[in-house]
Amino acid sequence: MGKIEWAMWANEQALAAGLILLTGGIVGVAGQFRDWEFAAYAIAAGVFVCLLEYPRGKRNKGTSVERTGQYCFTVCVKSFGPLTRNYYVRAFLHAAICVPGGFILATVLGCVCLGIASLIYLAAAIRGEQWEPILPRKESARKPVGESIKLPPQNPPPRPPAEMRRKRAEDLEAASYVNPIAVTANDD
Amino acid sequence: MITSSLRKCNFMDYFLGITLTTDLKWVGFEQVHCIKTTGNCLKTSSGGWRKSFKMGNWIINHGLAYFILVVWMAINIFLFVWFYFLYDLGDRFFYTRHLLGSALAWARAPAAVLNFNCLLILLPVCRNLLSLVRGSFVCCGRTMRKQLDKNISFHKLVAYMIGLMTAVHIVAHLLNVERYYNSWHGEYDALSMALSRLNDSGNTTYLNPIRSNTTTPNLLVFTTIAGITGVIITLALILMITSSMEVIRRSYFEVFWFTHHLFIVFFAGLVFHGAGRIVRGQTNANPPYNITFCKDHIEDWGKNKMCPVPQFAGGFPQTWMWVIGPMVLYVCERLLRFIRYIQAVKYRKIVIRPSKVLELQLVKNGFKMDVGQYVFLNCPAISQLEWHPFTMTSAPEEDFFSVHIRSVGDWTQKLISIVEHLPEGAQGPKMGVDGPFGTASEDVFDYEVAMLVGAGIGVTPFASVLKSIWYKFKDSNPELRTRKIYFYWLCRETHAFEWFADLLQVLEREMEERGMGDFLTYKLYLTGWDQSHATHVMVHADADTDVVTGLKQKTNYGRPNWDKEFEQVCKENPTSVVGTFLCGPVVLATVLSKKCVKYTDMDPRKTKFYFNKENF
Repeated sequence: MGKIEWAMWANEQALAAGLILLTGGIVGVAGQFRDWEFAAYAIAAGVFVCLLEYPRGKRNKGTSVERTGQYCFTVCVKSFGPLTRNYYVRAFLHAAICVPGGFILATVLGCVCLGIASLIYLAAAIRGEQWEPILPRKESARKPVGESIKLPPQNPPPRPPAEMRRKRAEDLEAASYVNPIAVTANDD
Repeated sequence: MITSSLRKCNFMDYFLGITLTTDLKWVGFEQVHCIKTTGNCLKTSSGGWRKSFKMGNWIINHGLAYFILVVWMAINIFLFVWFYFLYDLGDRFFYTRHLLGSALAWARAPAAVLNFNCLLILLPVCRNLLSLVRGSFVCCGRTMRKQLDKNISFHKLVAYMIGLMTAVHIVAHLLNVERYYNSWHGEYDALSMALSRLNDSGNTTYLNPIRSNTTTPNLLVFTTIAGITGVIITLALILMITSSMEVIRRSYFEVFWFTHHLFIVFFAGLVFHGAGRIVRGQTNANPPYNITFCKDHIEDWGKNKMCPVPQFAGGFPQTWMWVIGPMVLYVCERLLRFIRYIQAVKYRKIVIRPSKVLELQLVKNGFKMDVGQYVFLNCPAISQLEWHPFTMTSAPEEDFFSVHIRSVGDWTQKLISIVEHLPEGAQGPKMGVDGPFGTASEDVFDYEVAMLVGAGIGVTPFASVLKSIWYKFKDSNPELRTRKIYFYWLCRETHAFEWFADLLQVLEREMEERGMGDFLTYKLYLTGWDQSHATHVMVHADADTDVVTGLKQKTNYGRPNWDKEFEQVCKENPTSVVGTFLCGPVVLATVLSKKCVKYTDMDPRKTKFYFNKENF
């Protein structure tokens, strides 16, 4: 299965899991289920996971597609440095977060989904993938000509030596310039 | 890779009488939006618009698609409402409702919708069966058959509905389980308690699936068939959905394809989901049972003639009845693909084109194609399970079919490297071919003058079209009405399309030999030029043939000036009907359709441009 970046799929799965945890948590709290405290936890955990997973990472190969409005999230996530860059950390974090969700029915699905996402992140980490932020590209790509084009020319344009450039009496038509005042022909 | 964003028709489009529809067409290893736009784009001399014409156009173009959607939605709504009221008002479920409230109906109604949609979801992906249907509908008009091309879009729509209904179903059942639990523990009224404590022994049957003090909702789910299958199939569904996201599907197709086979788990679990008969209704609810009296007189149950002890039983599982048909059809489809795969495919010729493009000319018994169709190829030497789609680049008049394969991913790269190491003249690796699929693009032949615009990889189906037109012309085929073709080829660079330039060269030569130099006018636009290109061209400006392509026609740089092009076509064909066809980005379709409108003349004797509505 070639050059798959598992992190891309893990990211989709984790985002979905976050939303499912959140939904399960809301149902649990709104329905005032037994042990609703777990549901309340699930809401917080779901929101946290969604915020963490919303910004997509940059792909190693190919174009990275951003999610709408992810730039501010990218900046936040980037600021945690190695904690968010490393996928081992994410794998264990998700594994830890998902455990309390398994205690009540409403959040069990979110727990398992997040567990699966954690496993996929583990696979990504083992393959050495990393989270790189997608930052706006700086305008340095377009340089078809060098800087020297902006400076005035240092050398005169290339042309034949003076002897050849001079006007000849026998070939006045072929001359490349016209005298502003008449001069006598110069025999050479 | 062309990833165009689909632009929906807006009001101005309808007002202008132009409607855009796009179809995802497999071209090369990618899906491209091939534009079918429609429109008798007529402008009155005063500059106003003829509105009555627009409505007719809209109905013709989109009517059938929207009609099908409306019917589908109507069936969904009907099922939802019907089953909602069955469970919310029926006497059989009076006691069940007492325990669960309206969440019972909210769980059962989506279940019915789910049954219907799980039936539907397998059908659009049976491409061979769809081809069969398409073939037998030859009489029923192209519009009808064209709807079959939107099969994957429909599959996705049904999948969204399944996802949505699953969510509603699960939330409702979460509430149900919690209520059952609370009922058992006496947190509600006496009736609930009594109902919950009905034993499942002797002459009583139980209602509440929670049968002991230690059963928690979690435990209930994991010890019942409905619960376990429910969790498993929901997980399967979620994994299928996350791996089908566009990002994953386009970049890592294998992940998508293999994960999607979890549908087998999904359907297996779905069929058994109701086997536990956990939703129970009263079996002796009919008169003489007097429910209004009995519900308030628990102590009289079994003692009063009007109130025998209520008996409960679960409903007969019905899901299998809905899905068994499509499951059988899908198995047939896979069998058919397997049979086609076994059929012998011989290589007539293998050519490695510049820029690592592989041309395969194949021969298969009984294979008949039309212009613009595609096939799926499978090479067991590379991967047993992968089938990849390719548009055919040969014409139906030829006794073989060909595909041009670019190196864009693992599979194509491996194929090219296998072929490169073959000895001269040997047969290629065993190949399975499924197809052809897609609605044929025969309308190209109906126009006196055709403007064909191919952008990027969208140029591939045009290879087939151009060749076919040329063959028909040579044989004076009466089907061909085309007298003049203008072909516009837009690409960033000709890398990987040199084979197409070769094709144009061959056509150019053949036409000159027959004195038909005017038949085809083609222009190549390189939109990805830079300074070195320009310098190179300037230096060779006097050469007879173009430096980039070797064609007589010079390459143009940048995007075409469509106004000039349309004006030229108008001028050279003052009285003709011109059909415009495009395969490429949606943005270009907007531009072209506007020009189409602008340059069409009200005067029927003068030039008229039609953006053709048929599939392309």
